[in-house]
Amino acid sequence: MFVATELNQQDRKVQGLCGILFMLMTGLLILPVLLILGTLIYKGGSVISAEFLFSEPTNGMTAGGIFPALYGTIWLVGVALLISVPLGVAAAVYLSEYAGDNWFTRAINLAIINLAGVPSIVHALFGVGAFVLFFGFGTSILAASLTLAIMTLPVVIVATRESLQAVPHAFREACWNMGATRWQTIRRVVLPNAVSGILTGVILEVSRTTGETAPIMFTGAAFFLPFLPESVFDQTMALSLHLYVVATQVPGVPEELPYGVALVLIAIVLLMNSLSIAFRMWLRGRKKW
Amino acid sequence: MVEGSEKVVTAAQNIHTLRPDARVKLEIADLAISYGAQTILSDVNFSIYEHEIFGIIGPANAGKTSFIKAVNRMDMFTSSMHVDGQILFNGRDNKSLRNVYALRNRIGVVFPLPVGLPLSVYDNVALAPRLSGIKSKEKLDVIVERCLTRAALWDEVKDRLDSLGSLLSGGQQQRLTIARALSQDPELLMLDEFSIAVDPVTTMRIEDVLKELKKEVTIILVTNLVQQARRLADRTAFFLEGKCVEVGITEELFTGTVKDQRTRDYVEGRFG
Repeated sequence: MFVATELNQQDRKVQGLCGILFMLMTGLLILPVLLILGTLIYKGGSVISAEFLFSEPTNGMTAGGIFPALYGTIWLVGVALLISVPLGVAAAVYLSEYAGDNWFTRAINLAIINLAGVPSIVHALFGVGAFVLFFGFGTSILAASLTLAIMTLPVVIVATRESLQAVPHAFREACWNMGATRWQTIRRVVLPNAVSGILTGVILEVSRTTGETAPIMFTGAAFFLPFLPESVFDQTMALSLHLYVVATQVPGVPEELPYGVALVLIAIVLLMNSLSIAFRMWLRGRKKW
Repeated sequence: MVEGSEKVVTAAQNIHTLRPDARVKLEIADLAISYGAQTILSDVNFSIYEHEIFGIIGPANAGKTSFIKAVNRMDMFTSSMHVDGQILFNGRDNKSLRNVYALRNRIGVVFPLPVGLPLSVYDNVALAPRLSGIKSKEKLDVIVERCLTRAALWDEVKDRLDSLGSLLSGGQQQRLTIARALSQDPELLMLDEFSIAVDPVTTMRIEDVLKELKKEVTIILVTNLVQQARRLADRTAFFLEGKCVEVGITEELFTGTVKDQRTRDYVEGRFG
């Protein structure tokens, strides 16, 4: 009764082969990540030190550290977050909780999707036109962060909207039926249960913003600055642009220096991503319904 | 009042044979409910009186749940749902009320599927009082204990009031939902097949509570269990295929003369 027929055996062979094939493909996916990380650590690991992180570049950027660039990146990302998170969360709350399904919201959704598809260099040129020239912010942290914010806005909106919509509709109706207004419902039931998902989206946004080069090149990031920025109207150095500069624009840079800069950059991104993964695991651990 | 509506008149006479001084709480006139082009309930005319338990029975798809939704203005949540006619709550047309929040606050609703909000048990029950501005911890404590006790849940959760309401068992969540409806201190309590998720013993306990509650609130009880309507309801309406076929004193539907033979067939279990 349980003896395998010829057909059974064939099926089993095929299924074994498929398993191996898919495993190999998955392995191929991991390979580039490991190669990148491995190369960076192998070639640039030697330059990483506290001094590298916390001192200024010297000798026409062929030696010294990366502190101004690191400091500038934190500024740029921080200000971009301050702009895009409130704006994006508000827009997502509106779209998910207030707006009906009509041509207006459909147009907005279309705009968000298209905004996400715009190449970053186009965002950069828009930033130059709008913030640097039209609003007269000049090349400054403000202009660069605004450009970054607009570029990452779709990410925030989509992540927020998805985590809002993951909150079951029955919760909202139960609340409304008690006489709660829309805002009371959002504040007391919907947002508290979506906030962790929103934060996950924000962290992902941070990791993306950190690595962007094109949008800040013309709007606020400087090739080299002998001083640290003091306000949002100053220019600043940035890690991503600094990497581009030491890797291609400055002659005589020792080989390991750009690798070191790249290692720091990718470490920040990975750190943010692992934070977001840890967050999601913690979330799953305390599922609320 | 609606003129020419024979049902309203008979219903009124019926209740006044039970309680001569009964006052109208909810008056339904020419109510019709449709979803898109499909009418699912029409020609509903009756009044519900203060301090009565008003049962609504009928097979699936008769329009019972839609009726409840219309009373609470839940048609606002579903764009395809359209309500015609009048529902007067305390004499005020619920459609012309600007402050629907106040209306919903005075009406407690319980639906068949329990909804434990992802808040602590305590916060679940304290939510409605908090929304209406009660902040003092002592007052909230009293309300929470009273409502949970009435919903026959207090003994089971009193030691873990800060655990999540949404993680209770289905039956407990349903009682939590009932406690939450009671926490609104409603004038009208609408229960839509509340006992589906609740075990029989607890159901009986809640039924006893409902009999007690009648002294304070008006109750609409939608139920699939004909016997539950018989046990609890002073008067009962029979909905069938989108019409209100019969309204009368509950016992009459079971033993007295009925206007429509289908009512008797249904309560005696010959179809449905």
